[in-house]
Amino acid sequence: MVPTLAGVILLVFLLFKFFGGDPSQILAGQVASQEQIDAIRRELGLDQPWPVQLWIFVREIVSFDFGKSWMTREQVSSIFLTRLPATLTITIPILLLEAALAIPAAMLVAYYRGTLLDRTVMAICVAAMSVSFLVYIIVGQYLLGFQLGWFPVQGWSDDFWRNLFTYAPLPVLLAALVGLAPQTRLYRSFFLDETKSDYVRTARAKGLSEPAIMRKHVLRNALVPVLTNVSLLVPGVFVGSFLLEIFFSIPGLGREIYLAVNRSDYPVIQAVTVYLSVLTMLINLAADVLYTLVDPRIQLR
Amino acid sequence: MAAVLDVTPVNAWTALRRRLQQDRVGTVSLGIVVAYLVMILFATAGWLAGGWSQEVGVPYANPAFLGERPNLEAALGKRQARSGVVPDLSAVDPLAPKYAEWERRTGELRMTEPERAMTLPWGGDRWGRDVLDKAIKGSQVSIAVGVLAALCATCIGTLLGAFAGFYGRWVNDVLEWVYNVFTSIPSILLIFSLAAVLRSGAFAHLFASGIWTVVIILAFTGWTGMYRLVRAEYMKHRSREYVLAAQAIGASAASRMFVHILPNVSHVILVQLSLLVVAFIKVEVILSFLGLGVPLDMVSWGTMLSEAQTELVIGKWWQLAAATVFMAIFLTAFSMLIDSLRDALDPKLR
Repeated sequence: MVPTLAGVILLVFLLFKFFGGDPSQILAGQVASQEQIDAIRRELGLDQPWPVQLWIFVREIVSFDFGKSWMTREQVSSIFLTRLPATLTITIPILLLEAALAIPAAMLVAYYRGTLLDRTVMAICVAAMSVSFLVYIIVGQYLLGFQLGWFPVQGWSDDFWRNLFTYAPLPVLLAALVGLAPQTRLYRSFFLDETKSDYVRTARAKGLSEPAIMRKHVLRNALVPVLTNVSLLVPGVFVGSFLLEIFFSIPGLGREIYLAVNRSDYPVIQAVTVYLSVLTMLINLAADVLYTLVDPRIQLR
Repeated sequence: MAAVLDVTPVNAWTALRRRLQQDRVGTVSLGIVVAYLVMILFATAGWLAGGWSQEVGVPYANPAFLGERPNLEAALGKRQARSGVVPDLSAVDPLAPKYAEWERRTGELRMTEPERAMTLPWGGDRWGRDVLDKAIKGSQVSIAVGVLAALCATCIGTLLGAFAGFYGRWVNDVLEWVYNVFTSIPSILLIFSLAAVLRSGAFAHLFASGIWTVVIILAFTGWTGMYRLVRAEYMKHRSREYVLAAQAIGASAASRMFVHILPNVSHVILVQLSLLVVAFIKVEVILSFLGLGVPLDMVSWGTMLSEAQTELVIGKWWQLAAATVFMAIFLTAFSMLIDSLRDALDPKLR
């Protein structure tokens, strides 16, 4: 994990150092005197050789002090603290709702495998996956929010419960519906893999009913790959909802980094990238540990 | 012995074609994909949708089948153009002395206002451009981006995967480290970082126009899956008999990697390449929607959708419908084709 982290830091540093624009020019703007530019370069340490600059970058990361956003002068750490709650308010319900809908749906179509129902659902899934997420959001926002008025079109407040029950439902619903098709398809294949295994044949041989096999044997074994997949989705809770945040004006982390890209706000992008990579690594580690609890056959080396 | 066994060895690709032909869904999908490719070829040559940027209709021209629908926006535009009474401000206007010269120079130019159609086959956008032409041109750009980016990502992934899998040891260790670095950064953040850097960076002027920015972003962030697959295949193949035999007759490492092993893993690469095309088209649409994808003077499904968002509110749904239908049909057909391809290439089902 430490070499990977070092690699992430190096990659982000090199990317911005050698491909990015000169920070002093972005900061000072088009009309700046040479003294102003020099002053900014000194302040940011840009007049140092690049290994020293890398060291400054590492120090910023370790001390959690990325300074201020170039454009809004807001502390980068405060951007994290104030934007993350809004993001999590919509992404965690999405994650839970998706799993709650996709697992039963996949179990159902796997139970009726090969029938017309199975094939119809799978064809609908492929077609549904071919329509861009954007279209679902645009149409959903227009139809459910604007035309029918069931949900507010967009907005956000300071009150958590109000956000969760007034503003979050529409984006959550749309995202969960969009995530349903690919996940059902994937989980169905997990269930089908299990139905071919020997223990299912044994269970059939001893006369267990098909629903009981599905519920007691197949489900429990198929949950291992399902869990793997969910754990792969967990890091997405931090910025995965950026499209929803942009459409529904939710002041979350994803929208913030999109805005930062538009105004070339390098410190914000760098900080979010590095810290979320660390978080991703930690979550993956936790998932690995979790497996050993779920499936005793797996052992960590 | 009347039973005749057909044991004539067939070329792998001939066999693939035969198996695909037996698959009805696969054949239909292949037909649709080929139709799209022909359309793209025609669009690239300029025979089709060459004038997509021409303002051929009135703003928000109605689709031909909805010709009777009132078009308030176009009527409003006409009224504004007619009531062009400018109050006399020459006493305070600092530009007043120059008007005479400008009038003269305008007089030298001859302006022809082209006849604008009230309806277009599938409606018009805000500037009166033909939505159908835009959708065709947008298909060309979106699919070209997806295919080019997938090819680039495949080259990177295959090359690195071949080296890691074939040589193993420290080469493998180093490349695995690179792989881990790339996969531990959430992909959308890597895409955003790259977009930020390429927009404002030292090479921004190189990528200011054209589709290469978004192709580079997608290829640079999307090669990891291909790398993993190819690496696993090479690890499996490098000690097979046919590779050892090639080594025995003196084939060099490069020859073994790319002449002997590569054709034998090409089916894995082909399927993964197709999956990448689908994924990249979806990402391109989102990036173009956000203004981080294709430049403003081009049209893609994503830029069409970004215009459609505001159009929908005033009831002009045809651009949204066109972009969605063109994209959905292509991606559905292509995904179905991949499934058929995978089945046809799977030696276990043979």
